[in-house]
Amino acid sequence: MTSGDRSLLALENITKRYGDLVANDDVNLEVAPGEVVSMLGENGAGKSTLMKITYGLVRADKGTVRVNGEEIDLKSPRDAMAAGIGMVTQEFSLVETMTVAENIALSGVGLGRVDPADLRERVLEVMDRVGVHLPPDQIVGALSIGERQRVEIIKALFHDCKVLILDEPTAVLTPQDIEALFKTIRRLRDDNLGVLFVSHKLREVAEISNRVVVLRHGRMVANKPIEETTAQSLAALMMGVTPDTTTAGDTPLAAVDPRAVSKTAEARQEVQTAKSLLTIKDLSVEKGGIKALDSINLTVHAGQILGLAGISGNGQSQLVDVLSGTLPTSAGQISVENVDITDSNVTERLRAGLGRLTEDRRGTTFAKMSVEHNLVVEDLHKFRRTGMLDRKAIRRHANELIEKFAIKAKPSDAVGSLSGGNIQKVLLARALHRDPKVLIAAQPTRGLDIGTTGYVHEQLRDRAAQGAGVLLISEDLDELRALADRIAVIFRGTIVGELDVADATAERLGIMMTGGEEAA
Amino acid sequence: MTINILALIGATLTIATPLIWAAVGEVIIEKTGILNLGIEGTMYAGAFVGFVAAHRSGSVWVGLGAAIIAGIIAGLAMGLFAVTLGLNQHVSGLGITLLLIAACDFVFRLLYSGERPSLTRKFDVWFSGNDVFGQHWLTYVAFLVLAPLAWWLMRSSGMGYRLHAVGESFEAAEVAGISVNRTRYAALAVGGAMMAVGGAFITLAMLGTFTLQITGGRGWVCIALVIFARWRIWPAVGGALLFAVVNALQLQLAITPLFSDIPREIMLALPYLAVIIALTVWGRKVRYPSTYLQAYRRA
Amino acid sequence: MRLVVREEIPKWTGPAAIAVAVAITVAITAVPIRIAGANPVAAFERYLITPLSSMSSIYEVMLTATPLLFTGMAVAIAFRAGYWNIGAEGQFLVGAIGATAVGINLPNLPAAVALPLGMAMGAVGGLIWSVVPAWLKRHGGIDEVVTTLLLNPVALLLVQGLLNGPWRNPETGFTDSARIGTGYDLPALIPGTRVHWGFGIAIIIIIISGIVLTRTATGMRIKAAGQSPHTAEFSGIKVGVLQWRAALISGAIAGMGGASQVMGVQHQLTFGISTNYGYTGVIVATLAGLSAVGVALVAGLLGTIGVGAQNVSLVLQVPTQLGAMFSALLMLAVLSMVTLRRFKVRWRAER
Repeated sequence: MTSGDRSLLALENITKRYGDLVANDDVNLEVAPGEVVSMLGENGAGKSTLMKITYGLVRADKGTVRVNGEEIDLKSPRDAMAAGIGMVTQEFSLVETMTVAENIALSGVGLGRVDPADLRERVLEVMDRVGVHLPPDQIVGALSIGERQRVEIIKALFHDCKVLILDEPTAVLTPQDIEALFKTIRRLRDDNLGVLFVSHKLREVAEISNRVVVLRHGRMVANKPIEETTAQSLAALMMGVTPDTTTAGDTPLAAVDPRAVSKTAEARQEVQTAKSLLTIKDLSVEKGGIKALDSINLTVHAGQILGLAGISGNGQSQLVDVLSGTLPTSAGQISVENVDITDSNVTERLRAGLGRLTEDRRGTTFAKMSVEHNLVVEDLHKFRRTGMLDRKAIRRHANELIEKFAIKAKPSDAVGSLSGGNIQKVLLARALHRDPKVLIAAQPTRGLDIGTTGYVHEQLRDRAAQGAGVLLISEDLDELRALADRIAVIFRGTIVGELDVADATAERLGIMMTGGEEAA
Repeated sequence: MTINILALIGATLTIATPLIWAAVGEVIIEKTGILNLGIEGTMYAGAFVGFVAAHRSGSVWVGLGAAIIAGIIAGLAMGLFAVTLGLNQHVSGLGITLLLIAACDFVFRLLYSGERPSLTRKFDVWFSGNDVFGQHWLTYVAFLVLAPLAWWLMRSSGMGYRLHAVGESFEAAEVAGISVNRTRYAALAVGGAMMAVGGAFITLAMLGTFTLQITGGRGWVCIALVIFARWRIWPAVGGALLFAVVNALQLQLAITPLFSDIPREIMLALPYLAVIIALTVWGRKVRYPSTYLQAYRRA
Repeated sequence: MRLVVREEIPKWTGPAAIAVAVAITVAITAVPIRIAGANPVAAFERYLITPLSSMSSIYEVMLTATPLLFTGMAVAIAFRAGYWNIGAEGQFLVGAIGATAVGINLPNLPAAVALPLGMAMGAVGGLIWSVVPAWLKRHGGIDEVVTTLLLNPVALLLVQGLLNGPWRNPETGFTDSARIGTGYDLPALIPGTRVHWGFGIAIIIIIISGIVLTRTATGMRIKAAGQSPHTAEFSGIKVGVLQWRAALISGAIAGMGGASQVMGVQHQLTFGISTNYGYTGVIVATLAGLSAVGVALVAGLLGTIGVGAQNVSLVLQVPTQLGAMFSALLMLAVLSMVTLRRFKVRWRAER
C-alpha cells in the first residue's frame, strides 16, 4: 500500500458486521486526485455498505476514513460533506416536491432565511462548472431519471467536494445518458477530483476508470491499474472462480450469453405461426389527463418469450398494472387466448390463464403473513370446506410448492423474513402452480443473486417450452437478448418497434429506447 | 332579525384563536410526516395546567408558561412512542390524548372536588369595548405573528426546507445530513407547545375557568383543518375562521327570536358538520406527505 | 441512546415484555395514588384483586366489561381491515339513542318483539353513524380518522339535545329520558345478578367474529387488506368493499353496545350513558392485538380495574379517573415493551 500522502480519500481497515453477516471485512482503499477508481462486485458483495460508511450513512464497526491524510469522524453525511466527500446514491435521494435549486441547497441550509436569488445564482455557477444545465425552478418530480441524476451530481459538487462517489450510476440510464455521464466524469477528473465509481458492468469500468478494485463477500480481492486487467480476470474475481473453470458447466456467465440459448431462426419462425395467447390491441391508459400508455399493440404467441425493452418510467409499470387488473383501461382491448379480459377483475383474469410476476416483489407479498398463506391468497375459494378454510389442504399445498420450487423456508415462516431470492420463488410458485397460459414477468431478476437469476431464467424458458407465452419486461438488455425470441421497445408509453432477437443489437435497442429511430 | 356584524367578527376572531394556535402546531408536525392525535389531549392539558398554575400562583403568565411546558412534554412523549419506538401513530396519539385527559380530570377532582374555581384575573383585552378589535393579545399574536411567521418559515427558511424534506423523503433528508428523528422531535415539541397555548387561551383568556370536556373535540377539528388546508398555513387559518364564524353565528342566533327555538345543541353541532362538509368539498384525494404515518430507523 | 435491531427475538421476551409493561404502569400510577393520599399497595389490591375475590364482585366485573366487549370487538374488526374507525364512541351513543327511541315511543311491546327490536335499533343507530365516514372514504378518498373523530362530539351533542329537548323526562323534569318499556329490559343472564343478556350477546358476537376472522376466507382477506391494501388489490381482494363492510359491521356492533347499556343497565337514556366506552374500545382492541379472544380478556381486565376504581374511589378517595389513566398507560407501555423486544439498546455506538 502506498502511504496516505498523495491520496485524497483513504479507507483503512473498514469492518462492518450485521449479525453473522460480514458486510465489509478489513477493507483498504485509496483514491488519488484526478483518478477514477472503479469498484466491482456482485450484489451483496458489500459495495453499498462501504459507500454508505464513507458517506456517514452507516457507522463502521472498525476502521478509519481519511481525507487528505486527515482522519475524519463520520457521524452523519454532514461530516462527510464538510470533509469534501460527495455521493450520488443508487436510489436517488431527492425530494420530488421541491425544485431543483431547493434540492441542491438542502444539504447546506441552516435554520434561517434562504435567499432564493442568491441560491439560484450559486446553483447556476456549479452547473456551468460541470457543464450540465437544468432549469433551477423546475420541480424534481417532473424530471427524467437521467436529469435527476444530474441534479444529484450538482448537489454533491455544490459543497466543493473533492471526492465524488457514484453508486451504480448507470443502472437506470439509457446508453446516451451514460455517454453524457461519462463525459461529466472525465471533466471532473480533469478538474483533479477523485471519483469512486461503483458498478458491476465490466464494459463501463474498462471505459472510464484508471484503477479497479474488486469486492467479494466483503473482502477486497483485487486492486489493479486498469491496464493490468482483462474482462475475464475481473469477472472471475467477482464470481469467485478461477478463470480456467468459467467455461465449465452451466456457469452464470454462460447464462447471459445470447448465443448459448437462442433458438434457431426456424424455431422462431415456427413460434410466429403458433396461436396467440396474449393479444393487446390499441391499449391506452390515461390518468389525470396524462397518457401513460398510448395505443399499445403486442401479441405473445404460444411457446414464445416476447421481450419488452425500455428505460424504466416509460409506461412499463402501468402496462403491468393494467394487465394485472389493478389499473383500469381507458381504451383498447386485452385478451388471453380468446377471452376478452379488458374489463375483468383480478380473479377473472387469473382464471382466464394470466400469471403475474411483478417488479415490486415486496409489494406483492404480505410480509407479516406466512409462506403458506401467501401461496393461497389468490385462490382462497379453492381451499374451503364447509365455509371454513381447510388448513390441512393449505399446508399440503405449501409443502408441495416449497419442494417443487426449492424455496428455502417453512410453510409457517413469515414472508418478510425471507431473502429476496426466496420471495421471488414464492411468487413464481404462486404464479406458476396454476399453469398460466401467459406469464407476465417484469424485471424478474432485478436484485437477485446469480444462482436465483439462473433459476428464474430456467423457469421462464421451461414455461415457453411447454407452450405458454411469456411477456418479459426488463431493462437488462443482456437478459432480454438471452431469453427473448422477439424484443419490442417501449418509449413514452408507445411501442416504437419490435425486432427479431437476431437484429436486436444493444446499439439499435439503445437508440429505440430513447426514441431516436422508429424501426418498423 | 338583527345580527350585529361587528360583534360577529369579533367573536369569530376570538373563537378561531385556539384553533389557529393548535392547527399551526399540527401543520408543523404533520409536515414531517407525523399525525399527532395527541392534539386533543395536549390542548386539554394546556387548558388545565395553565388554569391550575394561574389559579395557584395568581399570575396568568405563570399559567401560560406552565401550559407551554406541558405541551412540550406531551410532544416529546409522542416522539418517544412514534419516533424513537416507531409505534403506530394513530394509537400512540390517541393513547396520549386519553392519558392526558384522564390525568387532568384526576387532578381536577383532587384539587377542586365539587367546587367551580375561577381566576380572579384573566388576560387583559386590548382595545376593550371595540366589537372587532377588543381582543386578547394572544389573538393578535395568532393572526399577526404566529401565522405569518409560520408561513414564512415553511416557505423561505432552512427550517421549512428541513421539515419538508423529512416529510417527503427520509433518504433525501438523511443524505443531506438532516436528522429525520431530531427534526421530528423538534417539530413535536414546538407544535405541542402551540397546541397547549391554544388550550390555555380557552381557560386563561376566554373563560377564566376550567370545566371537564372543555376542549370539546377542538383538537379533532384542527386535524381536519390541516388536511383540508393541505398542510398550508393560510388555508388552515381560513378553515379555523370558518369553524369560528359558524360557531359565533350560533351564539348570536341563540338570542335572536326567530332562531332561539332551534335546539342549542343542533347549532353547536353545526361547526363540526361545516368542517366535515368543507373536508368533503376540498379534502378529496389530497396528497399526503410521503412519509406520513411512517417511522424512520437508521441502518 | 440508540436502538439496534435484534436478529432474532427470543421467545421468553414476549411474556417478559408484558410483565415489564405492567410493572411500569403500576409504578407510574402509584404516584397519583400517593398524591391522592392513599397507600398504593392497598389501592392496587382493590384495583386488581378485590374485584375478582368474590362471586358478587365478579358479576360486577362482567357487567362493567360488557360495553367494552362490544366497542373493543367493533374497533378490532375495523382496524383489522385497515379501516381506522375511531368513532366507536359516537356509534355507541347513537346506538343508545336508537334503542331509546323505540323504547319510549313503543313502550308496550312484549319482550319477544321488544328485545330484538331494541337491539336492532341499536345496530341501525351505530350503522347510520358509521355510514357517512365509510362512504366518504370509499367514494371521496377522505381519511376516516378525521371524520369518525369529528362525529363523536356531534353524537354527544345529539344526546344532549334530545335530553334537553324532546326527550326530557316528563315526570321528573330532569335531563334524562323516560324509562323505556319493561319489555325492552334485557333479562338477567345469571339469575339474581345484574349481569344481563347484553353480556351474552357480546360473547356470541365475539365468538362469531373470532371464527370468521381466523378460520374463513373472508377473515384472511380482511387481514390481507389490513396489512397491505395494495398487495391485497393485486391479489384480487376488493379492499374498498371489504373496508366498507367492516366499517358498517363495526358501527353496528358499537351501536348494539349502546343499546345493551340502555336496555340492560340504565333503562333510560342519560348524559353519562357512555363513559368513554368507544375510545376505551380502541385501547381494548389494541391491547388485544386485534384478536377476538384478546378482546374478551382485555375487556375483562379493564372491567376489573373499572370495578376496582369505583371501590377505591369510595373507600380511599382516589378519583375514578385513575382507572382510565391506568388503561391508557398500560396500552402505551405494552406496545412500547413489545416493540422494544425487537431491539437491543446501545448506550453509545462503539467505534
